Amino acid sequence: MGEPRIVIVGAGPAGVRCAQTLLAAGIRPTLIDEGRRDGGQIYRRQPEGFTRPYAKLYGTEALRAQDLHETFTRLRAQIDYRPQTLAWNIWDRKLHIVRDGEASALDYDALILCPGATDRLMPVKGWQFAGTYSLGAAQIALKSQACSIGCRVVFMGTGPLLYLVASQYVQAGAQVAAVLDTSAAGARIRALPKLLARFDVLRKGRALVASLKRAGVQMHHCIEPVEIVGTPGQGVGAVRFRTASGKIEQIDCDAIGMGYQLRPETQLADLARCAFRFDALTRQWLPQIDELGRSSEPGVYLAGDGVRVLGADGAENAGRLAAHAALIDLGRSEQAGALDALKREQRRMDRFREGLAQAFVWPAQQAAKLSDETIVCRCEGITAGELRRVIRDEGAQEANRAKALSRVGMGRCQGRYCGHAAAEIIADAARVPLEQVGRLRGQAPVKPLAIATVEDTE
Amino acid sequence: MNGRFVRLGETARAKVSIVIDGQSVEALEGDTLLTAMLCSMRHVRQSEFGVEKRAGFCLMGACQDCWVWTDEGERLRACTTVVEAGMSLVTTQPEAQWANLAL
Repeated sequence: MGEPRIVIVGAGPAGVRCAQTLLAAGIRPTLIDEGRRDGGQIYRRQPEGFTRPYAKLYGTEALRAQDLHETFTRLRAQIDYRPQTLAWNIWDRKLHIVRDGEASALDYDALILCPGATDRLMPVKGWQFAGTYSLGAAQIALKSQACSIGCRVVFMGTGPLLYLVASQYVQAGAQVAAVLDTSAAGARIRALPKLLARFDVLRKGRALVASLKRAGVQMHHCIEPVEIVGTPGQGVGAVRFRTASGKIEQIDCDAIGMGYQLRPETQLADLARCAFRFDALTRQWLPQIDELGRSSEPGVYLAGDGVRVLGADGAENAGRLAAHAALIDLGRSEQAGALDALKREQRRMDRFREGLAQAFVWPAQQAAKLSDETIVCRCEGITAGELRRVIRDEGAQEANRAKALSRVGMGRCQGRYCGHAAAEIIADAARVPLEQVGRLRGQAPVKPLAIATVEDTE
Repeated sequence: MNGRFVRLGETARAKVSIVIDGQSVEALEGDTLLTAMLCSMRHVRQSEFGVEKRAGFCLMGACQDCWVWTDEGERLRACTTVVEAGMSLVTTQPEAQWANLAL
């Protein structure tokens, strides 16, 4: 028997640790990544020619980022590494990829998907205006391009990233006008028992908030976003929100970074026909995995934030575990027992994840309150009112049916940024549980391709 | 033209000249097209469905909000394309398209 072919998708923390583990077992993996360089989003590397040191780029995580990058640099020659390559479909046990307009298909004995996550968004009136960005985008602008997204920036939403990005902006010399958190401060206290599972991370988070206070940044809890005020030509001009005491306030700004924690990129898992289950805690459908990252499909493994948002440390562990699972299943490892420590570590990370979900709550109730003229689908400018109309008048009660009739989720982001909020709006308008609304099916190509590319593969 | 993005460092890089909608604009080596454009203007395209201009949203190649075109008609995703000297870009879709009913 020849060497089994193992294909990894994604060269972030999960993908790199996965490749490293496979190499240690004597297998040369293929590593597909959309980025120009390894590192993924959280440990995204700045372009060649940029000179900021690790401590400045990654703060308290500098050593972890550096170790991941150096590990990859050391191993790169031994990996079949394909950067700037999009994995766009899985069909008939082949992974379809495209690079520079040239498409091909890879056979695999094991496929390990580490596609990462994007920001999870809840619309707000006016979020279509230029100058509204995701929190992740705000961080990428700084980390990878040494830019602020505007002259006067407001960060709004909830989650650890809200405070991390705000403090990174302050440190880099950007003007942060305010940090507006939709979660109540009390929620954080109630979540404390679970958050204590990772005391070190909790302490770092508190230090971030303290640094923002020291810098004099205006911070509000328990706010409700009302409107991003702007003009079609000039974009964002201010943000209006309701304070915890019910007062409407307005803060002038020319840019907003927005996000409510993260959502896994699950399209490839879906195309691989992996089973999903409803996660009541975070109100979303997630692929099912076992403790090592095995999906319901034999030979398909899922690791990192692309299946369960545990952050970078959890992703590194998940990448290692998924590699071991593939090795065990291919009869190349006897190490099942030695994985106990890693599994224990992941259980601790998952407890912390639950704590974060409790502390920084997905604001589901906002969906019901969105005015009819609020745009839900940024891609095609489709409003909450139009989505409600197809539910009311045409009886759509399921996510894909409502998508077909309203086109919410049919635009070029393929529902990444409107899908979760749209499901909440449907559940509210149709008076059905969110679980029953279902989820948008993953569709190939998972990102837009040129027609010429598709023709090449036939 | 006033910009949207603000450079906070890494400004010692070599300068690169590109053309946007017929106007010459200075960028820096290692800039993405999105950075290069937004450091000197407020948007990168007109929404085809709404009245507003757009300036990108996710910066990680997921939202497809930052599509721009070369003057030869090739579509580029500005946040994942690296700027090259002499590039000539347009912020309106060059091929024939349906009317934007919102405008």
